[in-house]
Amino acid sequence: MAQAPRPAASQSQLLTREQAQALANRVLAMSSAEQTRVTIVSTWSGNTRFADGSITTSGGITDTSVTVTVTFGKRQASSSTNVLDEAALKRTVDLAAQLARLSPEDPELMPELGRQPYPAINAFVESTADLDPEARASAVRRAMTAATQAGKPAGQIFTAGFLEANARAFAVATSNGLFAYHRTTDADFSVTARTPDGTGSGWARSGARDWNAIDTASIGRIAAQKAVASRSPQTIDPGLYTAVLEPQAVNDLVPLLGNALNARNADEGRSPFSKPGGGTRIGEKVVDERVTLYSDPMDRALLGQPFDNQGLPLSRTVWIEKGVLRNLAYSRFWAQKHGVRPTGNALAGGLALTGGTKSTEELIAGCSRGILVTHFFYIRALDPRTVLQTGLTRDGTFLIENGKITRALKNFRWNESPLLMLNRLEDIGRPEPTEAGRLMPALRVRNFNFASLSDAV
Amino acid sequence: MSPTRRDFIKATSSTAAVLAVDGRLALDLRAQTVAAPSADAAVIDLANEALNAAKGAGASYVDVRIGRYRRQQIATRERQVAGVNDSESYGLGVRTLVNGCWGFAATSVMTKAGAQNAALEAIVMSRAARAVQARRVELAPITPVTGTWITPVKRDPLEVSLEDKIALLLSTNEAALKVKNVRFVNSGLALLREIKTLVTSEGTNVTQTMIRVGPSFSATAIGSGDFQSFEEELAPRGSGWEYVESLNMPGNAERWASMAAEKLTAKSVEAGQWDLILEPTNLWLTIHESIGHPTELDRAIGEEANYAGTSFVAPPEAVIGQLRYGPAIMNIQADRTQEGSLSRVAWDDEGVPADRWLIVEKGVFKDYQTTREQVARIQKLTGVSRSHGCSFAESWNAVQFQRMPNISLLPGDRDIGVNEIVADTQRGILIRNRGSWSIDHQRYNFQFSGQAFYEVRNGKIAGMLRDVAYQSNTPVFWRSMDMIGGTASYWLGGAFNDGKGEPSQINSVSHGCVPARFRNVTILNTARSS
Repeated sequence: MAQAPRPAASQSQLLTREQAQALANRVLAMSSAEQTRVTIVSTWSGNTRFADGSITTSGGITDTSVTVTVTFGKRQASSSTNVLDEAALKRTVDLAAQLARLSPEDPELMPELGRQPYPAINAFVESTADLDPEARASAVRRAMTAATQAGKPAGQIFTAGFLEANARAFAVATSNGLFAYHRTTDADFSVTARTPDGTGSGWARSGARDWNAIDTASIGRIAAQKAVASRSPQTIDPGLYTAVLEPQAVNDLVPLLGNALNARNADEGRSPFSKPGGGTRIGEKVVDERVTLYSDPMDRALLGQPFDNQGLPLSRTVWIEKGVLRNLAYSRFWAQKHGVRPTGNALAGGLALTGGTKSTEELIAGCSRGILVTHFFYIRALDPRTVLQTGLTRDGTFLIENGKITRALKNFRWNESPLLMLNRLEDIGRPEPTEAGRLMPALRVRNFNFASLSDAV
Repeated sequence: MSPTRRDFIKATSSTAAVLAVDGRLALDLRAQTVAAPSADAAVIDLANEALNAAKGAGASYVDVRIGRYRRQQIATRERQVAGVNDSESYGLGVRTLVNGCWGFAATSVMTKAGAQNAALEAIVMSRAARAVQARRVELAPITPVTGTWITPVKRDPLEVSLEDKIALLLSTNEAALKVKNVRFVNSGLALLREIKTLVTSEGTNVTQTMIRVGPSFSATAIGSGDFQSFEEELAPRGSGWEYVESLNMPGNAERWASMAAEKLTAKSVEAGQWDLILEPTNLWLTIHESIGHPTELDRAIGEEANYAGTSFVAPPEAVIGQLRYGPAIMNIQADRTQEGSLSRVAWDDEGVPADRWLIVEKGVFKDYQTTREQVARIQKLTGVSRSHGCSFAESWNAVQFQRMPNISLLPGDRDIGVNEIVADTQRGILIRNRGSWSIDHQRYNFQFSGQAFYEVRNGKIAGMLRDVAYQSNTPVFWRSMDMIGGTASYWLGGAFNDGKGEPSQINSVSHGCVPARFRNVTILNTARSS
């Protein structure tokens, strides 16, 4: 007979700073390369998925992986493993060295970084890292109960959803003396509610570093209310309409600008931020003058990653300030070539769009005729020259008339660009947390291109 | 219907048949030189530790998967290597049933204590899930199996020297850079070897080795204030290095790159209704999205509602044997035995033997994709009492659930190809390779693009177009199909990254098809400036 089941412990299984440093030092000592970098990722994840009154899957996963990057002259390669015994680590170091020696010289290779200063960012919350299966099941039950209650006008509401809590420790060490360590947590909860007649669907989501910031009953209730209100949707012709995008819909679209915020692509003429004739559009007005878009790991509402995979410190990076393009992402190589400060992977420091103070309700109240969007689905790039995307509305699309929601609408496929859209703003809401590391407002956008109708509920 | 055609359909109803969809015999064992390895004794010991711990703690059913994944990725740009990464991931996942509730836990701590702890954590999950349980999980019965299997390959790509791989990619890039205006080229290789052992409380004990290769190529041409890219559709396959060599990337790269340059001066498309001719390099993904996903039973019953969505192919009692998906020339086959395909295996992650069955027969929807716990939901409607073997997990650290097998459009009776379809078309657009793709959460409204577009006028290719996307509604689209290629025009596409589930998991899947024509499809012009 096995021992009695124990509660699923969590953060105790993440590597501590001391353990990570000891492991990194062990690996560095095994390498005889000219330069070596070790990155360590130690994770715990607990999840619970439910549908139609039952928990359908539930899981707890722990893992720690080590990546070794070695350099000989201008030759570099990486190898990684999650087998942490002496023999496996040595094999991984040797394989990286072997691959590096076989690789051609990389003229763009930068030396590994030495010791760096990092700000202390407390992004690790015990309540998230300790969320056990019983607590997750209770949270799911609270959401289902609230959804059932709020869904009563439509009958027996169907709910499906997902709860996930993650804890992660991330460390980087180099043979040049760098050591960086950061711990973080995040939790996410979402519910989809569907009415029994099959004509209504609603959705709500909340995400945060701190599990205690998530009210699962409220998420269940909002999803069900949207489902009830979205029943029997009516058809209006596709076309250009004013759109009120809830913060989650903005969260689906605006971060897609991140791929375009790359200095090299802009310099090379393959970006919307390329200047005709060469160079970038830094310093030019690229969107509405009320909009500011930034990444900042120190921002208390973002609590992003303080360094990137090379150990480069990440700091506040303002991409767009009052409509003007201020920064693009510069790798260390590209920054050196252009004599500017490298931003590294600054987007890992979180992303926030600011510029307004109103609530979503106030944006709706200020709209004479338009379409309210809960969130988007299946977004794919159409044209990198304009960051044009296609996708669909989902789980609550409504007509606004004279400042009020008047009717449920069928879903639309849309073809729209977050960049072009930010040039057609009527109003901007206050930034709200949409997921861990993100602050996005509701937006009211003129001439949003709702291109075709979808029969999907 | 020709004899070939009849035999073809007949073969689909027999699990013993080894006729591949492309008409060739699937298993040429003489070609295989890499033997299937057995599990290490230590792996079996660890699996049994977890199995016994879970049984001892009250599980009515347990399965333990131990996986060792080795991946190698090589990326190049122009005349340099952008990255060489080699990774290994090894661990154990244990799934338990207690009182009809699932629990799952996974660990990379591969010791007796690690295995036991994971088993007991899974039991905690199972017991906690009872607080929210409207329905008990019941598994369709199977006969326990033991054995080993390996993807048939002549040469394991991970055993090919890195120098040879890099030389292949850099010579590919060099050839592409000869093309005027082509300034950027990316090429790469993604290689996988997965060794997976499954041990269950019912007595199944199997070890399988899956080998997959994924080559890639794209080129970007810069014009004055403009840029255009072209990505060649180099299908990833469940194959060995011999497949990569057969693509002759260095020999073809100049031709591929010239497509990017040609797009700079192509005519922007006139939006409206056009007849559409889709080459297999484009159509495979449309099949994946508009037939593969809507015929997943978990979607049809709502289990995927919060993420990938539900399905218009629902409820099962209203659609099985009744829903007209397309014309009588449309036969859609699911197949986990197909040579070279990505989802080919001998057993799924519940120990169910690989299966082949029809999803759509003569245009009518016939059956879903299933796992063991789903069988009872539709058994009375389909008469099928076995699981179709669609249970898969992306790794040891993820729980298995219903995933898509290879799903393919079978060839038509007439021995024709894309040239004959073009010759028969008055005003149309021919599309090659996949571009952007997007489809709604019940799989009605989709919009797909491509990499190269040609205007067809009076039965002839009349020049290149750009800014093209086609948008339609799944049943309307498939019912408009009026001409399809024959066996000789069949081609197998696929992808490593089919996403579904929460937490999201990827699945490798292939889709075979022939070129096909669709009438009066909405074509959009995707260029926009404000």
